[in-house]
Amino acid sequence: MQDLLQPILNGILLGGLYAVIALGMNTMFGIVKLVNLAHGDLMILSSYLSLVFIAWLGLNPFWSLLAVAPVMFVVGFLIQGFLLNRVLGKEMEPPLLVAFGLSIILQNSLLLVFTPDARSLMTDLSVKTIPLGSSLNLPVLYFVDFLLGCAVILALHLFFKRTYLGRAIRASSDDEVGARLMGINTRNIYAYAMGIAMMTAAVAGVLVGMTFTFYPHTGPQYLIIAFGVMIIGGLGSMAGCLVGGIILAEAQLLGAHFTGPGYQLLCGYLVLLIVLGLRPQGIFGKA
Amino acid sequence: MPKRPALKVSELDAHYKDFQALWNISFEVNKREMVSIIGANGSGKSTLLNSIAGLLVPSRGTIEFFGERIDGLLPHETVPRGITLVPEGRRVFPRLSVYENLVMGSYTPKMRAKKDEMLAKIYELFPLLKARRRQMANTLSGGEQQMLAIGRAMMSEPQLILCDEISLGLAPVVIKDIYKRLRQINQDGITIVLVEQDIKRSLKVANRAYIMLEGKVVLEGEPSSLTEEQVKKAYFGIRPA
Repeated sequence: MQDLLQPILNGILLGGLYAVIALGMNTMFGIVKLVNLAHGDLMILSSYLSLVFIAWLGLNPFWSLLAVAPVMFVVGFLIQGFLLNRVLGKEMEPPLLVAFGLSIILQNSLLLVFTPDARSLMTDLSVKTIPLGSSLNLPVLYFVDFLLGCAVILALHLFFKRTYLGRAIRASSDDEVGARLMGINTRNIYAYAMGIAMMTAAVAGVLVGMTFTFYPHTGPQYLIIAFGVMIIGGLGSMAGCLVGGIILAEAQLLGAHFTGPGYQLLCGYLVLLIVLGLRPQGIFGKA
Repeated sequence: MPKRPALKVSELDAHYKDFQALWNISFEVNKREMVSIIGANGSGKSTLLNSIAGLLVPSRGTIEFFGERIDGLLPHETVPRGITLVPEGRRVFPRLSVYENLVMGSYTPKMRAKKDEMLAKIYELFPLLKARRRQMANTLSGGEQQMLAIGRAMMSEPQLILCDEISLGLAPVVIKDIYKRLRQINQDGITIVLVEQDIKRSLKVANRAYIMLEGKVVLEGEPSSLTEEQVKKAYFGIRPA
């Protein structure tokens, strides 16, 4: 029992990171019904952007967020405003294809610019732990991931609940004509939403970059994690993101604990299948 | 000084692609008036309101609001000028709370500062909305949603409210209640244009009425000067033999 505590603790902390990875994608799905297949790649783009700012300005990874987040806001705004808005309509397929194309372009552009070498965002937190007892340690970097993840979820929640722009985005997704009649200029409203979603992807990208190594082709791997979190937690639900993230991470880490690291991913997806079987709309999803 | 109308529509045409929905519409609404536009389904009433509010750009003619040309302006330009539309089918935001729906009514920058003041006014007018302010709009009944739609429109402190079929699908007792509030709003100095299929009720409340048929105004006048026979003929398009 004692040796189970460490993977359980790590799973909870990793769950916070998984939640923020899925957050932006889940938000866009909830608002625009857009499945952003490029979400993972855009997140990895943020990791590389952070790398650039760190090298250029000598910042530490956390401070680089102050530069990466606004840049990603603009990137998201432009992608939605100039690409995805044009194909949004009744059908799901055209935006899906545009996002898929964007994903391929991003991966290969990153490959061209940054070479296929493994990178990571250096931080001295990655080796620090805080002992919590004889056999239990709190990995500081994972703990920071978790705290920042929760903070971003809370901030996004407040943004959508309390601000005029956040409410206008929700109102436009509920009834676009109704929103226009309130004096909301709905033409750019989804672009703002994507900009905000990409700011959460920027946080995810920097955290992932500090916690793991990344390559130009790492994006889809995190896209799959985001999908898993969304499906377990419930499409469009922010609380679901955190719960889904923790369940997926626990499944992977406890799975690895019992069956060996080789089966880590498999265990995650088995739990995903079980949730799909028992509650297809996800834990916080509405039927 | 000659009386200047609050709203003046002159020789207005509007199209949906190749289909012409409005033909040479002219009408006026004076300040503080309640004017009814009556017509059967497809007579162009909603198209007319949508053109004034800016959801549809007219293809010919002018719309003036207190002397200022507003034809071709979009809703985010007409709302700050004091025009608001309560749309057909209510169009409240189902997944926003009653309070949030009302707050969206004060979205324009000028109105945000006056949000709480307007909110108090609307809660006074519709106490029911205050009691239900935390509920999601999709949990309200049809009549409550209609009150919410009117309250939400009032949040922009309009001078002119355009109401599109506000009695559609509601029980008579609820309609009566809503019309009572509407008269109250009108007495507070807000000009109202009412679009209805219900001839009797809208003639009862209005100062003046226009009757539309197939995109044209076919009859106008004060309700007392219009005979039932005249109105019916105009409404159904029965031409004198």
